[in-house]
Amino acid sequence: MSSTYLEVGRGFTPAAAMTRFRILRAYLTEAKYESIRMLRMPSFGIPLLVLPVGLFLLFGVLIFGKSIQGDPDTGKWIFTAFAVMGMMGPGMFGFGVSLAIEREQGLLKLKRALPMPPAAYLVAKLLMALSFGAIIMATMVAALPVGHVHLGAGQVFGMSAINILGTLPFCAIGMFIGTSAAGRSAPAFVNILYQMMMHLSGLFYPLPKVLRAIRPIWPTYHLQQLVLWAAGVASDGRPIVHAAVLAGLTVVLMALSARRLVRVG
Amino acid sequence: MKNQDANNHCLAELSAASKRFGKIVALDSLDLEVRPGELLAVLGQNGAGKTTAISLLLGLEQPDSGSARLFGHSPHLIEGRRHIGVMMQEVFLAAELRVREHIDLVASYYPNALSAQCVMQSTHTESLADRPYGKLSGGQKRQAQFAMAICGRPKLLFLDEPTVGLDIQSREVMWAALRRLVDEGSSIVLTTHYMEEAEALADRVVVLAKGRVIASGTVQQIRALVVRKRVTCVTSLDLRQIAAWPDVESVTREQQRLLIATSNPEVVVRRLLAADENLCELEIRRAGLAEAFTELTQEAA
Repeated sequence: MSSTYLEVGRGFTPAAAMTRFRILRAYLTEAKYESIRMLRMPSFGIPLLVLPVGLFLLFGVLIFGKSIQGDPDTGKWIFTAFAVMGMMGPGMFGFGVSLAIEREQGLLKLKRALPMPPAAYLVAKLLMALSFGAIIMATMVAALPVGHVHLGAGQVFGMSAINILGTLPFCAIGMFIGTSAAGRSAPAFVNILYQMMMHLSGLFYPLPKVLRAIRPIWPTYHLQQLVLWAAGVASDGRPIVHAAVLAGLTVVLMALSARRLVRVG
Repeated sequence: MKNQDANNHCLAELSAASKRFGKIVALDSLDLEVRPGELLAVLGQNGAGKTTAISLLLGLEQPDSGSARLFGHSPHLIEGRRHIGVMMQEVFLAAELRVREHIDLVASYYPNALSAQCVMQSTHTESLADRPYGKLSGGQKRQAQFAMAICGRPKLLFLDEPTVGLDIQSREVMWAALRRLVDEGSSIVLTTHYMEEAEALADRVVVLAKGRVIASGTVQQIRALVVRKRVTCVTSLDLRQIAAWPDVESVTREQQRLLIATSNPEVVVRRLLAADENLCELEIRRAGLAEAFTELTQEAA
């Protein structure tokens, strides 16, 4: 055994303070490992990344490709539908379900006892969801040439940026469920809400009148309208209102969840 | 000035700390302090308040009354927690991350941490480095958690049942590591159900029952609190006959041997030898920590 076993206690000179650089590094390390671990999860990483582009290629190209060819706006609409759908997963499943499970399993408790920078845990999940969103969006954009969807570079950039930021409201929803529900019931809640947001917001197909009227309660509706607007397709409502609704929802749900997390753990 | 003194003499401290969970009193005006360079074993039966006491020191729970301090700070502040390492009992770490990655992550929280490689060398966990945490055995998980607990070069380590699930060899390695840490000036708060562990390692023992300290001192002092000693021998004498003798508190048979508990072994042994010439394998033992613990906690119950 070496004589310099751990040199514990020798590191506590004033010079060994936690510098800003090290704090930043702690945040990035947390985000890095959160992303790595999500990627390695068989039920999460690859399926979530590949599903949106896979479904777009299946429905938008293979099955309905011919009919879309003559109707450019429908092509763009189907493209935005799968792109928006892709942003839901990382926030709701990756952020929300993992938070609920880790609260239940004591990981959050250990992190709170350790000198982890206070927000690192949540910021890591947020960055993980944003990076997953970015990767999903990149795969969707890569599929554009085969999808008979013709967009200018500016439009592609604009809709990608908006859509990736669109992961945030879903992170907020995930965080809210993750802090309220028990680990075992969180996946069920998330699943139900995921299905409702996907099918009742008119993401993929026109809705009957009654459902059309209540579309504005779903964040997916607002995000799709924003992305359609960025793609230069006629959209409902005003972009600023859609953006405000999504931002407001994000702030309110995150604030409520953060409060609960601090009080209840 | 007072605060500085507190920093020098006491790394972590509960003063008159009380905590209730509904109707259950978990801690009842508990005083507890951890001094520099000591290994403090906190013993107690389930529900005695050990976990609650540690939770208050770690800032996981807030005392209803009284106070908790960690390196002169409130445990809620990160400054104090930068000097501690923690090994908890019931925690599920990310199964997908490798041991090296787990250590690297925890090390990033500290100002002057050791590299993952260095920690794994010291804790003999190099062979686990690239294995996913979820694939480790229970004992290997404890070893990995121990490496994570010490990677920040903590001045104070909180270890909750660190050797549960370890084989004898790994336990010896961990005990040796703990001794070295203390030799190098670290302090350790250890909660354990294994009395032999406390007996082998602790500089000081605190026994909790019903949220109060019922005994505190060195292992020697705690054992001495129990005057009872144990006489064992192989004899043809009748068990009931011996049980009737004065000074004999209890007699039990264990295979061929008789176990006699007494606070006056000299008198009992003299009488035994006189009554049975063929008596053999005579042994007198003072109470171990385990027996002392049992007796102390039974009295408190």
